[in-house]
Amino acid sequence: MSEHIVPKSTYYAIFGALMVGTALTVGAAFVDLGPLNTIVALSIAITKASLVVLFFMHVKYSPKLTWLVVIGSVFWLLLLLGITLGDYLTRGMRTFG
Amino acid sequence: MLPEAVAHNHGGHHPMLAHHFDSLEEQNVASTLGMWVFLVTEVLFFGGLFMAYTLYRMWYPDAFALSSNELDIRWGAFNTAVLIGSSLTMALAVHAAQTGERSKLVTFLILTMVLGTVFLGVKGIEYADKFEHHHVPGLNFHFEPVSEMAHAQIFFSLYFVMTGLHAIHMIVGLGIMTWMLVWSMNGTITKEYASPIEISGLYWHFVDIVWIFLFPLLYLLGRTLPAVTH
Repeated sequence: MSEHIVPKSTYYAIFGALMVGTALTVGAAFVDLGPLNTIVALSIAITKASLVVLFFMHVKYSPKLTWLVVIGSVFWLLLLLGITLGDYLTRGMRTFG
Repeated sequence: MLPEAVAHNHGGHHPMLAHHFDSLEEQNVASTLGMWVFLVTEVLFFGGLFMAYTLYRMWYPDAFALSSNELDIRWGAFNTAVLIGSSLTMALAVHAAQTGERSKLVTFLILTMVLGTVFLGVKGIEYADKFEHHHVPGLNFHFEPVSEMAHAQIFFSLYFVMTGLHAIHMIVGLGIMTWMLVWSMNGTITKEYASPIEISGLYWHFVDIVWIFLFPLLYLLGRTLPAVTH
C-alpha cells in the first residue's frame, strides 16, 4: 500500500499531548477566569480535536481533497452555528416594530 | 446471477479490489474520502445538538452551571482518558494492519473494544446515579434550588440526548470493531488491504472527538461556584 505509514512514536506523542490537554482543561475549570473559562475550555478542545484529526486520522498526510472535505465540515458547522445565532442574538433589535 | 467463474473472474488481481478501481491504492483513496464525507454529515448531526446547547446555555447560564456541578467530574475525566487511550490503541491497530502484523492488529483491536466497553460501563454507572438523584428529565425530575428546576431540566435533557447519541455511536463502533476483528483473524485484512481498518479507525477517532467537546461543555461549567450543600 502506498499510503503513508505514521510512525508509532508519533502516535505515542499525540496520546501524551491529549492527556496533558485533558489535565489542563480540568485544572483550568477550577480557576475563575470569568467568561474566559469557556474560551480556554474550547481552545483546548479544538487543539485536542485538531491533533486527533491531523495525526490519528492521518489528514496531515492525506491528499488535498481530504483536506477540502475536512475544512468543509468545519465550514458547514460554522454556518449552522453562525446563522442560527445570527437569528437568536438579534431578535431584540426591532428595526420595524 | 452470473456463473461464479464469470462473476468472480479477478484476472489475477487482488480479490478485494472492486472492478471499477484500477488499483488498491485508488480504492483506498476513494473509501477514505467516502468515510470523510460521511463524517461531515456526522459533524452536522451532532452540530445541531451543540447549537441547541449553546443557545440554552446563553439563556440560562446559572442553571447550566449548577446542573453541570451535579455531574461527577471524576467519572467524566476518567472516561476522557479511557477514550483517548482507545484512540491510541486504534491508531496502533491501523499501524499493525499497514505493516502486516496480524497478531498485534488483533491485540490492539481487542484493547480498543475493551476500552470502549469500559467507557460504556462508566456511562451506565453515571446514568444510574442520575436516576437515583431524580436528575432524569420527566415526571420525577427534581432539582435544588427549585427556582432553577425548569432550566436545569433543559440541561439534563441535553446531557442525556448528547451523551446518549454519543453512546449509541460507541455501540456502533464496537460492532464495527467486532467485524474488523473477524476480518483480521480470518486473514481478509492484509498489508495490501488495510483500508477497512483505516476507515473504521476514522469513525472511532471521530467519536472520540465528539467526547473531547462534550466533556468540558457538560462537566466543567460551574466548578468555580462556591460549594453547594444539599
